[in-house]
Amino acid sequence: MLLLIQYMLIFASILILVALGGCFSEHSGVINLGLEGIMVIGSLGGALAMKYLPLTIPAVPYVLLVILCAIVFGVAYSSLLGVASINFKADQTIVGTALNMLGTAGATVAVKAINTAANPNDVSSIIQYINPKKKFLINMGGFEFNWFMLITLIVLVVAYVVLYKTRFGLRLMACGEHPQAADSVGINVYKYRWAGVLISGAYGGLGGICYILAGVSEWRFEYGAAGFGFLALAVMIFGQWKPHRIALAGLLFGFFRALSNVYFGFPFLVKLNIPGNIYNMMPYIISLIVLALTSSRSRAPKAEGIPYDNGQR
Amino acid sequence: MKNKDSKFANIMKTDGMQSLISSLICIVLGLFLGYIVLLFINPTGAFKAITDVMKNFFYYKGSTIRLKYFGNTLVKTAPLLMCALSILFSYKVGLFNIGCSGQYTAGACTALYAALKWNWGWFPCLVLAIAMGALAGTLVGVLKSYCNVNEVISGIMLNWIILYGTNTILTNVKELASPYTLLVKKYSPQSILPSLGLGKLFSNNQYVTIAVPLSILIAVAVMIVLNKTKFGYELKATGFNKNAAKYCGMKEKRNMILSLLISGALAGLGAAFFYLTGYEQWECTTSTVPGMGFNGIAATFLGGLNPIGTIFSSFFIQHITIGGANVDKTMYCSQISDLISALIIYLCGFVLFLKTFMKNVIRKREVKRTGKYENFKQDGR
Repeated sequence: MLLLIQYMLIFASILILVALGGCFSEHSGVINLGLEGIMVIGSLGGALAMKYLPLTIPAVPYVLLVILCAIVFGVAYSSLLGVASINFKADQTIVGTALNMLGTAGATVAVKAINTAANPNDVSSIIQYINPKKKFLINMGGFEFNWFMLITLIVLVVAYVVLYKTRFGLRLMACGEHPQAADSVGINVYKYRWAGVLISGAYGGLGGICYILAGVSEWRFEYGAAGFGFLALAVMIFGQWKPHRIALAGLLFGFFRALSNVYFGFPFLVKLNIPGNIYNMMPYIISLIVLALTSSRSRAPKAEGIPYDNGQR
Repeated sequence: MKNKDSKFANIMKTDGMQSLISSLICIVLGLFLGYIVLLFINPTGAFKAITDVMKNFFYYKGSTIRLKYFGNTLVKTAPLLMCALSILFSYKVGLFNIGCSGQYTAGACTALYAALKWNWGWFPCLVLAIAMGALAGTLVGVLKSYCNVNEVISGIMLNWIILYGTNTILTNVKELASPYTLLVKKYSPQSILPSLGLGKLFSNNQYVTIAVPLSILIAVAVMIVLNKTKFGYELKATGFNKNAAKYCGMKEKRNMILSLLISGALAGLGAAFFYLTGYEQWECTTSTVPGMGFNGIAATFLGGLNPIGTIFSSFFIQHITIGGANVDKTMYCSQISDLISALIIYLCGFVLFLKTFMKNVIRKREVKRTGKYENFKQDGR
């Protein structure tokens, strides 16, 4: 039971982080379908940091450095989306999809190149981080507390305050609802959209490093993020683009995702004799059902997905 | 001379020519960026690696073996072309069918199961694969038109659901010692697509079947449906402006569902075209959705959203994907071609900008030219 809660919290953390990223980007008016790719690149940044940072650094600065590295990678990568969709007015769906493919392919090529350079016989795309991972965990009587749970909570509160209580957040949301009106009162829409995209890159990178640290202690980069970026988008839609509701939605989805990891720990679930693949399907099935039920009265930002052209005012 | 010049300008003005040029720019830039990545990894063999990727079957020596590998490329092009057509068909209605991979997987699942479990002939297997793909596509369409679910997200969710479902179902027909499904050729020879002597043309490549010519015929059929029929016109109208189409009395919901149904059917057929040749077995522990559908996106946009252009772009994408296997494994990995395809898709996002840029250049030249012409006329007066 403790294990279920532990996994639920960690998976919920990932989903909430990435969904908040999507939330910032969409409130500024850019649909970020590339979150999955951003997660992969962010996790690559974090994994590389864990590979090269000496383990002698104490836990807190170590964790912060790894996270910083993931965020920098995520932000840098999301700028590819920014350039294409804000400055060149490209189709955001195509660019997002390209970023997903590019993320997985690029990370695989990079990691394989690093592994092969170190040892010509090693053609795997795996980075191991057994020892560094321990710095992220605090064992509390069987419950492995992960730093990311706390970070998510802080980030969630910050996101809520920034979006609803600051000038920046309100202006950002104006750019997603009615960019022409925002521009007419002197708000630079391009700048705010860039801010939205880069913030989503930071959140995506953070979610990415959290994702690969959630369960395993090595990561094969060919696997990408297994649709987690899209699950996070489903969480965001279910949460109606509002941080506090995203948190609740994240917990729900995290629960079903955790179930596939720990169902064999529950005798009554094992007795039902359901194949493991069914549990793997669960989060996706639930999200489809939830989306079908909630999407018809969606509160999506009105101008999302439409490139802003200040000549059309 | 002047006549030739204006002829050139006229060709440049056509949309098709501009699409072609944009695609070529994307390819060249994509390959160039891929080359730079290779340079970063290891500068010594980078040039050889990128040429190996582009050579594909020319990598081998001797025309017989080259022809055989050319055949293999065609075998893999057929399913990719179907996936690309699938994405193209729904894109004309303004829907981005990223669930193509899932529909492809559903087709693979049913085709293989019908072949290996029930020993069906190839034609019913094909039909069943089409039906399953269509069903998966329809589901996305219904969710989109009646529940307003974003088709990209529902498509991705279905991809994963179908993938896990396929793994579960095909475990029933797998080899005992390995995670791969049984060989279709050995256990159900009547399910293999007929070759009609096509294999002989490619140095007895047994995998070259009617799938190759059929896929090209289907591309032509898709073009005719989209450009020459009322149904195609309605679909495109719905894609341009959903509300206007509705106002004109077109059933926009029905059109959306129908287009995704056809789109799914094409993807399902593509899977049958591939797995019923016996070229590859399904691995029942697959943990990623097949890349065919995603590469299809590259082929669709590289082909300038034109069914005929898609034939060539599918071949090109498959050409470099297979060519990627030839790179020197001690320095590089075969995923370099995935990287190049991904780069090409990213660059395809700039096509609109490129086209506007070209149009502007042409217009400026035109003004310059006609301006001079008018000056000439004034002088002559």
